[in-house]
Amino acid sequence: MTQTPVVRLENLRKTYAMGDQEVVALDGVDLTLEHGEFVAVMGASGSGKSTLLHMIGLLDRPTSGLYLLEGQDVSQLDGDSLADLRSRRLGFVFQSYNLLARTTSVENVELPMIYAGVPDAERRRRALAALETVGIADMAYHVSNQMSGGQQQRVAIARALVNDPGLILADEPTGALDTKSSQEIMDLFARLNRERGITVLLVTHEPDVGRRAKRIVTFRDGRIVSDTPVAGAQLDGVPA
Amino acid sequence: MSLRTLITIAWRALVRNRVRSLLTMLGVIIGVAAVVITVSIGAGARASIAAQINGIGSNLVIVIPGNVTLNGVRTGSGAASTLTPDDGLAIAKLPHVAAVTPAVQVRTQVVAGENNWSTSVAGAAPTFTYIREWALSSGSFFTDADVAQSAKVCVLGQTVVDNLFPGGSPLGKTVLIRNVPFTVIGVLAARGQSAAGQDQDDAIVIPYTAAMERLTGNRFINALAISADDVSSIVPVENEITPLLEQRHRIVGTQEDDFSVRSLQDIANAASATASVMEYLLAGVAAVSLLVGGIGIMNIMLVSVTERTREIGLRIAVGARSSAILEQFLIEAVVLSSAGGALGIALGVLGSGAVSVFGKWPMVIPPESIVLAFVFAALTGVFFGYYPASKAAHLNPIDALRFE
Ligand SMILES: Nc1ncnc2c1ncn2[C@@H]1O[C@H](COP(=O)(O)OP(=O)(O)OP(=O)(O)O)[C@@H](O)[C@H]1O
Ligand SMILES: [Mg+2]
Repeated sequence: MTQTPVVRLENLRKTYAMGDQEVVALDGVDLTLEHGEFVAVMGASGSGKSTLLHMIGLLDRPTSGLYLLEGQDVSQLDGDSLADLRSRRLGFVFQSYNLLARTTSVENVELPMIYAGVPDAERRRRALAALETVGIADMAYHVSNQMSGGQQQRVAIARALVNDPGLILADEPTGALDTKSSQEIMDLFARLNRERGITVLLVTHEPDVGRRAKRIVTFRDGRIVSDTPVAGAQLDGVPA
Repeated sequence: MSLRTLITIAWRALVRNRVRSLLTMLGVIIGVAAVVITVSIGAGARASIAAQINGIGSNLVIVIPGNVTLNGVRTGSGAASTLTPDDGLAIAKLPHVAAVTPAVQVRTQVVAGENNWSTSVAGAAPTFTYIREWALSSGSFFTDADVAQSAKVCVLGQTVVDNLFPGGSPLGKTVLIRNVPFTVIGVLAARGQSAAGQDQDDAIVIPYTAAMERLTGNRFINALAISADDVSSIVPVENEITPLLEQRHRIVGTQEDDFSVRSLQDIANAASATASVMEYLLAGVAAVSLLVGGIGIMNIMLVSVTERTREIGLRIAVGARSSAILEQFLIEAVVLSSAGGALGIALGVLGSGAVSVFGKWPMVIPPESIVLAFVFAALTGVFFGYYPASKAAHLNPIDALRFE
């Protein structure tokens, strides 16, 4: 049974013009993510990890190379089509959570559904269900600024999965959290990956965090220098 | 996304920054209030002028003696003795002239029995009642025969009756005007104050011939009051009177006229012109305020877009089309300016009330002006909100998400 990969990149390049100099952020990347994979991207600062996530997340266009999302070539799509793909196929999680200030958890989680055109009542129901999934249903009406970092990141994860995306992209999601919260967030990603089959691509600097994935891709100077399965991929620390 | 949702989101964002929103709206509030007050002043003033004209007489044209130069000294308008009753008879023959009355005006003490009173005595023709649209409450007015005989008869205004004949009918009684006995034959219906605040009922009307012979003792009159047969004839009648009187008074070439012809229309126009100046002034204030208000909105929206750069980046990341971002900020600007518009209308209505009290005219606020003001306010929001909104819609999401 061969399934279309979620993501297929071939010789992907991204360069930025800095004055009259050219900065090469991605220098010919070949990468395939199959359905249900859990991949950690590691590498030194400036090696192109975030740039890779932005390309895959359709937030920017590559300079050259091929990108197929669910088998579809996205290079010719216009802005609105890309926005619709982000809305339905992709979920983002950031290091700094990026929740709307002075806004309740449930309203934050509803945001992607507003742009996906989900009706009011269903929006509320699904947002509450997503908060349940990430384990903070009791904080649905708490305002984001009054929650801990770990709790805020859970809200952000609920927001990322509320439109049932096939792929979640997380850029250093535990970068601002203490060890315990990091553990819990990684448990959550592992569970979403295992139970829902969501493909997870996660950037991290921390080897401990990276080892929670099933596969580690290492970047240096915009190139993949190693791509290895995690030996005996760990089980979740805490049962779901 | 439904419009209702968008407006709700925008409203929440504005309420969160209550004070700032209010200050931002100030320009629009003042602008809209100025629009409402402007229109209301115009409408109120015109209504009041129309009311005044209706009280004075129908289609009235007035001829008064003009200034004359005596030994190089010019006397004021109305001071010259140039008009005669014959001028009036000549004017009466002009087409479109419905009626003419000479007017002789004397202010004097009058006596009846033990009572005396100072009042204004007007010499007129029987056409007086028609021209001034003034009915009698009792008795009758004098006739052409009375005029021909310089009959010593008089018609009293209600104020004169109240002062000279308290508690009794004056009909058939005698009033001494400068010691000349006049018989009371009628009483004018009470009219109250004129628009200028004068008591119109404080008057006695007598045949103009009697007034000239017994009171002024000369052959000149103070004015001629003429009724044109229709509103549309006022201007033609004015235009015909001038050459006729120039001919009768032997005024040739560049010589200055010794009379002047005015219609109530001219007077009304002068009054509306004053109202218009006020209107232009306020319209200017309105335009400037809306402009300043619009720039204020643009400024605050630009600040808001900058402050919310990360939020915008996030919205784009979770799937907002750029049109949705544009809509959101545009609607925020329009909600801001419309709320300002609503407050401005409230302020404008209050202001119009205050102005109408000072101007002593009815408060008239045409509903169109409110709609107009509101639409202007909303358009200000669209116009000045567009640039910041399009800036937001075209943010690069990666830069926006990284923005501190
Ligand atoms: N908008 C940009 N303009 C110019 N250069 C850029 C831009 N974005 C990224 N770069 C450059 O591209 C390279 C890769 O950046 P990227 O952010 O992908 O690194 P990273 O691996 O995510 O680093 P870190 O671990 O610090 O987050 C860097 O050299 C960076 O300076
Ligand atoms: Mg990075």
